[in-house]
Amino acid sequence: MDARTEILDRIRSALGNGAAPPPVPRDYLRTAECADPVELLTERLADYRATVRHCGPGELAATLAAVLADDPRLAVPYDLPGEWLTGYRGEVARDGDPAPLTVAELDDASAVLTGCAIAIATTGTIVLDAGPAQGRRALTLVPDHHVCVVRTDQIVAGVPDAVAALDPRRPLTWISGPSATSDIELNRVEGVHGPRRLDVVLVR
Amino acid sequence: MTRNPLVGELPFPEAARRELSREQLRRNLRSATHTIRDKRARMVAEVPDWEELRVAGSAIKADVLARLPELLTRFEAAATAAGARVHWARDAAEACAIVTRLVRETGTDEVVKVKSMATQEIGLNEALEAAGITALETDLAELIVQLADDTPSHILVPAIHYNRSEIRDIFRERMAGTDPDLTDDPRALAEAARRYLRERFLSAKVAVSGANFAVADTGTLVVLESEGNGRMCLTLPETLISVVGIEKLVPTFADLEVFLQLLPRSSTGERMNPYTSMWTGVTSGDGPQDVHIVLVDNGRTATLADEVGRQALHCIRCSACLNVCPVYERVGGHAYGSVYPGPIGAVLTPQLTGVAANRSLPFASTLCGACFDVCPVRIDIPQVLVHLRQQAVDERRGHPSAERTAMRAATWIMSAGRRYTRVLRIARRATRPLAALLRRRTVRRLPWPLSAWTAERDAPLPAGESFRDWWARSREGS
Repeated sequence: MDARTEILDRIRSALGNGAAPPPVPRDYLRTAECADPVELLTERLADYRATVRHCGPGELAATLAAVLADDPRLAVPYDLPGEWLTGYRGEVARDGDPAPLTVAELDDASAVLTGCAIAIATTGTIVLDAGPAQGRRALTLVPDHHVCVVRTDQIVAGVPDAVAALDPRRPLTWISGPSATSDIELNRVEGVHGPRRLDVVLVR
Repeated sequence: MTRNPLVGELPFPEAARRELSREQLRRNLRSATHTIRDKRARMVAEVPDWEELRVAGSAIKADVLARLPELLTRFEAAATAAGARVHWARDAAEACAIVTRLVRETGTDEVVKVKSMATQEIGLNEALEAAGITALETDLAELIVQLADDTPSHILVPAIHYNRSEIRDIFRERMAGTDPDLTDDPRALAEAARRYLRERFLSAKVAVSGANFAVADTGTLVVLESEGNGRMCLTLPETLISVVGIEKLVPTFADLEVFLQLLPRSSTGERMNPYTSMWTGVTSGDGPQDVHIVLVDNGRTATLADEVGRQALHCIRCSACLNVCPVYERVGGHAYGSVYPGPIGAVLTPQLTGVAANRSLPFASTLCGACFDVCPVRIDIPQVLVHLRQQAVDERRGHPSAERTAMRAATWIMSAGRRYTRVLRIARRATRPLAALLRRRTVRRLPWPLSAWTAERDAPLPAGESFRDWWARSREGS
């Protein structure tokens, strides 16, 4: 008998003719209540030691230029809006335009600039789904400084709102602050393998 | 043959005695478990619907177990349709053989690993090593344990038994290329690990992971982590092999809304862990293009057959129960002899191996119930402990036992009032000279076989007068 058949048989005999389980009680909050999602997200991100800046749509290029002032080489997804980069003075490497950046090229970039799919206020989380202005997963992983643009209309209140808004068929990366570890005496230390700096620019 | 990662060399009481003599270990554990339990308490208090989430989490897991054949085949179909290849393994040996074969087919002899309890449980690193394949642990704590040639002592923080200066010493002695002047500042230690692993991540061809959740409807796997080593392994290599216990399923993607709230707050005491990756099969041009999933039984179906014990399969490996357990805090993870230590280990391990291989573990608890209070999926660990204790005792029925003989004698004495009074009176008279001699009402050392009792505690002497005698005497005049 093959392993699959045998395991499924074992499960069926272990369960016997047990009664069907009662329906799952879902009395938890399906939609989080949140008076000011922008303020809450800002506060939560700061707790993770991410830096948050606010700006209006017309100030985005200038704000990004300031955030990226010390980064000589910037990796971006192929479809990053050109107007985001009008203030940036360094060298720009577009992933997938014309060819995907190699791992060495990604490692060579000091920063990466992307948008996001949604952001969760309650937990201070940014979710990337490889959609517009986000690129593939490796892009936001290898460079040491991640700058992420979040439009305030992309902010949802809680985790259930986020799960409902996302498509599991896309590769999803949930980011809550810079890379960190709690492995030494259970105290959180920022900065291990992922980007050690996370800057979030919130655009009204 | 390497040792079974679920069975210790010594029974719990002996291993616990050995660990209790390590003072530094106890200090490290006390400090770490108290830090994390305070953080967890703060984060949980912030969630107004925490109890409702726990109830839902528990019910979802019960539902998964009840519909496991249907959900497993649905998961297999969805993952396969998305480009993953699904393999099934009845036990640890079969799972290791599958992974070894898959790694060999890629032509590489080195893999990077994301921290995974399932691969610990099946002894994958040892199996790969025997096949000439080097498995490099990339989680910081796993790396520390691997470098130290030690075994993990905690589900979430396998190196919890080391403090910062001990970690610095391990790095300096055993991690190639480490600066001899490395300090014990946690930031410097994290930086040293980053440098050591960076090249290896960027050049790795094959990664091995576990999964926190597997979504039946969509074939999606989910890994929660902190450092980014998980993302490195899940994203950069060409081949990804994920080893997943069959109980890790959730029915739908929407069910993650419950567990993504319960798990981070319960485990690291954070609102959300820094990184969570979710992937469904293969995505063209993004991440590994050769994706495998190995579904592992290894004792889970046997656990499922026990109606009381099966709730241990609800576990989402947060380790909150370890951090609040008064026994774990003192003896540490190694005393349990299993990759699953602490309260959940004491109920999960004996069921995965069969109680005969781990008879002492269900007794490794004071039944105080703190573990149940913090469990995000409401596993009634004390209930299962008592249930397994009964099994451990039942298993030995028919064998002579000093405890049972003593209990039988006590039953005979106590089942008749007069007999009991008489025996007590005899005992009181017999011990009176001893009490007078010692000038206290306890004996510190009794002769064998009662020495087994006094090795750990004093034995009380019978009271000078029983309550009944006192009652009778004090009412005489009235």
